[in-house]
Amino acid sequence: MPKDHGIGAPMTRREDVRFLMGRGTYTDDVNVQGQAHAVFLRSQVAHGRIGKIDTRAAAKMPGVLAIFTGEDFKDVGGNPAGWFIGSRDGTPMREPKRPVLAHGKVRHVGDAYAAVVAETYAQARDAAEAIVADIRELPAVVDMAEAVRNPKNRVHDELPDNVCFDWGWIEDNRAKVDAAIRAAPHVTTLHLVNNRLIPNAMEPRASIGEYNPGTGDYRLTTTSQNPHLTRLLVAAFVLGIPEHKLTVVAPDVGGGFGSKIYHYGEEALVLAAARRLGRPVKWTAERSESFLADAHGRDHVTKIELACEKDGTFIAIRTETLANVGAYLSNFSTVTPTFLHGTLMAGNYRVPNVYVNVKTVFTNTAPVDAYRGAGRPEATFSIERVIDVAARELGIDPIEIRRRNFITPDMFPYTTPVGLQYDTGNYGATMDRLVEIADIAGFEQRRAESARKGLLRGLGVNCYIEACGIAPSNLVGALGARVGLYDAATVRVNATGNLSIMTGAHSHGQGHETAFAQVVAERLGIPESSIEIVHGDTSKIPFGMGSYGSRSLAVCGSAIVRATDKIIAKAKKIAAHMMEAAPEDVEFRDGKFSVVGTDKSVDWGAVCLKAYVPHNFPHESLEPGLEETAFYDPANFTYPAGAYACEVEVDPGTGKVTIASFAAADDFGNIVNPLIVEGQVHGGLAQGIGQALTEGAVYDSSGQLLTASYMDYAMPRADDLPFFRVDHSCRTPCTHNPLGVKGCGEAGAIGSPPAVVNAVIDALHRGGYTHVRHIDMPLSPVRVWSAMQR
Amino acid sequence: MYAFEFARPRTIAEAVKALKRDEALALGGGQTLIPTLKNRLASPSVLVSLTGIAEMKGVCRTDDGMVAVGGGTPHAVVAREARKLYPALAALAGGIGDPAVRSRGTIGGSLANNDPAACYPAAVLASGATIVTNRRKIPADKFFRGMFSTALAEGEIIIEVRFPVPRKASYQKFRQPASRFALTGVFVARFDDGVRVAVTGASEGGVYRWKEAEKALTAAFRPSAVEGLKVSPKGMIGDLHGTPEYRANLVRVLTARAVAAA
Repeated sequence: MPKDHGIGAPMTRREDVRFLMGRGTYTDDVNVQGQAHAVFLRSQVAHGRIGKIDTRAAAKMPGVLAIFTGEDFKDVGGNPAGWFIGSRDGTPMREPKRPVLAHGKVRHVGDAYAAVVAETYAQARDAAEAIVADIRELPAVVDMAEAVRNPKNRVHDELPDNVCFDWGWIEDNRAKVDAAIRAAPHVTTLHLVNNRLIPNAMEPRASIGEYNPGTGDYRLTTTSQNPHLTRLLVAAFVLGIPEHKLTVVAPDVGGGFGSKIYHYGEEALVLAAARRLGRPVKWTAERSESFLADAHGRDHVTKIELACEKDGTFIAIRTETLANVGAYLSNFSTVTPTFLHGTLMAGNYRVPNVYVNVKTVFTNTAPVDAYRGAGRPEATFSIERVIDVAARELGIDPIEIRRRNFITPDMFPYTTPVGLQYDTGNYGATMDRLVEIADIAGFEQRRAESARKGLLRGLGVNCYIEACGIAPSNLVGALGARVGLYDAATVRVNATGNLSIMTGAHSHGQGHETAFAQVVAERLGIPESSIEIVHGDTSKIPFGMGSYGSRSLAVCGSAIVRATDKIIAKAKKIAAHMMEAAPEDVEFRDGKFSVVGTDKSVDWGAVCLKAYVPHNFPHESLEPGLEETAFYDPANFTYPAGAYACEVEVDPGTGKVTIASFAAADDFGNIVNPLIVEGQVHGGLAQGIGQALTEGAVYDSSGQLLTASYMDYAMPRADDLPFFRVDHSCRTPCTHNPLGVKGCGEAGAIGSPPAVVNAVIDALHRGGYTHVRHIDMPLSPVRVWSAMQR
Repeated sequence: MYAFEFARPRTIAEAVKALKRDEALALGGGQTLIPTLKNRLASPSVLVSLTGIAEMKGVCRTDDGMVAVGGGTPHAVVAREARKLYPALAALAGGIGDPAVRSRGTIGGSLANNDPAACYPAAVLASGATIVTNRRKIPADKFFRGMFSTALAEGEIIIEVRFPVPRKASYQKFRQPASRFALTGVFVARFDDGVRVAVTGASEGGVYRWKEAEKALTAAFRPSAVEGLKVSPKGMIGDLHGTPEYRANLVRVLTARAVAAA
């Protein structure tokens, strides 16, 4: 029997009740008395010099309250990059200012250069159409290789070229890696593209700015994954509002996948407009704006070399990557292709020599930043694709070549040549589990059945490892982070024994309200129903760093544990006082405090009541109340890992790929709620399969986004996906956080693309199309069919 | 969306009159026009809805053995009511878009718009159907005039479409991965006096008849009859989702599959 509550119980998500009833409160559901509406004017060209913006006619239109252009913000700060990354030659990265509204130049289609605020949305839109902007189009910088080759056309005039930085990891190892590859008996080289993705959260971005002239207080209600970080950025860096005078509220948020980590100019605009007008200003993105102006993901072009012995033993990996950062540096854009990517380039394997080179490139496209998995999917894809190709070249079974190179359980903690120390893992065990749940043994029979239907069946297998639970502040600080990456929780016990837990982590689909309550319930021996999780409002919660990087449970969950332990310690003192015993003689179990070796006990409720009705407390030594805060900064990343298998059927007539089955064996360490974990894996797999088969943002050579709507950007749909077989019974608990958890939010999206591509290539080879070595994602029907033609 | 007036006539005569107003636009199920309006790409003074006209709705068999579909009939109704009368047509209607699209979108709206990737034009052309308007009867072969272009005059309303029912028929659609419109769709209809094959989604000229395949299939109605035929990529649509060569391949592959399925 599974547990019915506490850690490990498959409890259904309490937040789903309101979501499924349509009773969630999203930013656009919030309407403030007297609110005006903002509409943004966005560039139709990828690159252009802004001349005169004539707003006179628009200003006279009905309902118009204010019009803003880049001029209005030229003296405020820019939206900064959160990480400093240096180049190989020791020069600092280039950080052009990212203004609230474009100033001087527009740099991508969708770049906002003006905003209209009016009484109604329709009036604002009408007036926006009446603004005449003289924008002289410049040649667009779109292709990364061309952007590097030809510094004459520059996204930022003040920079000498289009390269943000040229990063080597680890630069000191470069010569050794080069030598190892030169001397290796076998080297497999692969050129691949990690396709650009558009996050497409179900809820578009939206923001409401408020300003109270009576108090000088600002309030920003916004679609954010981390309200405190947004507050810090918009207040301290951009607008110069004292932090204590700004409250940021992220209410229910309908998905983020990374795209809502970052601060965007629209948030600053609604605050500045609210200040100028003395009334609330609201903006909600249209879906087209989401396509054009949300931070995109991935977009790497990589050359990877894998050197091995003839028996498949890995000797070295070397990569050269161009990573697109788009027109401006979004907050995490510099860390995503570097420390979230290069440090994972050893994968799950003993590979003694690894060197990663990443050039980040400015282009006239939307900013690119972390998107579910963030850097780790790119690393995993490169490694796991090149291993598959190498296995084929060497005539070794793809599962076997991986097993031969696994870091084995006796080797942990294991320091990789790219700077991480994996704390624990058992990659052989997850592979064993995968072989079982995917029924690898039955593949040949299924292949024959597919062949009878005229379909080519293939099997693709891969492993992944990720660095999650982002992250230890001292480590990331050494690597260039400009923020710490701890998290925080406050546990407030009420007089009647129920609890409010205020968390720095923000839930936008992850199920924190359920899982965090289970953690506390387990610890205190009380039911989940008496625990409320409060998140998303900087005026209520402690300073936390938000949710991304599969960090909420590992980092914020640990802060909750620490704060809960402080509560228990304090409650023991109160109980000791009540029972006239020494605190060290009091033990707490199943919601009851008792004096060891006696039959004296008091229950949880009595202690909580006493905390707030402290009639006879010795107040010098025992404070009333029962409320504790803890900040938790982990000692290391966590390292979820797993093995995935995909079977596909390829229709040779059309090139259409159907996912016949998908199995995922993950090691997430301890599991708080298996139902939520399974849901997270399903969602991640859907996104990873979407990247592999259907999704891809495409700009044409003039910088127009060709995939700017669902007519051309193919999101994966339910009927594109099989019933997943997922398993997380292999558990090597994290060694350094109190829950032993690793995080599960990104795994599916990280681990699945190579499995799909490996499977398609396998199907083609088995079907006789042996000339096909690689196909770039998405593996759309036309791409697969075209590759099959000789 | 810009402001507009809305008219919902009850009879064809009222609709014809309403459409005479300046900058009036006919509205079928709105599956193309409403998104166009939302993007502010059209600004009609009045929208004349054709969905409230009882005589333009429903599916029936005519005295001369044809299947008549009212111009204002939603796809979902055709999918249901034509199932016995013309199964291939019903299957086509049941495969358009998603349930929401099928319950709003109409056959008249689809044909009048003549999107190069729409499904209905293939059925109408392959069946040799007749488009009945408030003014005249237009044979399918004269109705489609290239992408988004038809023989309809301004203010002309599709009242009904009359389909001769083939002995065997099948529509095979390969979906564009994002929009799920027909990347290419082929309707094969076998009549006593010959086979007609209509292709949608593939050509820059919109829906067309593949006469070479018709000839081959009239001689021998089996998939292998078309497998050897060459389809030129010249004039085929090339975009993100399919090169001209790919679409040319789909024309042949889908025709063979339609023959097999018919």
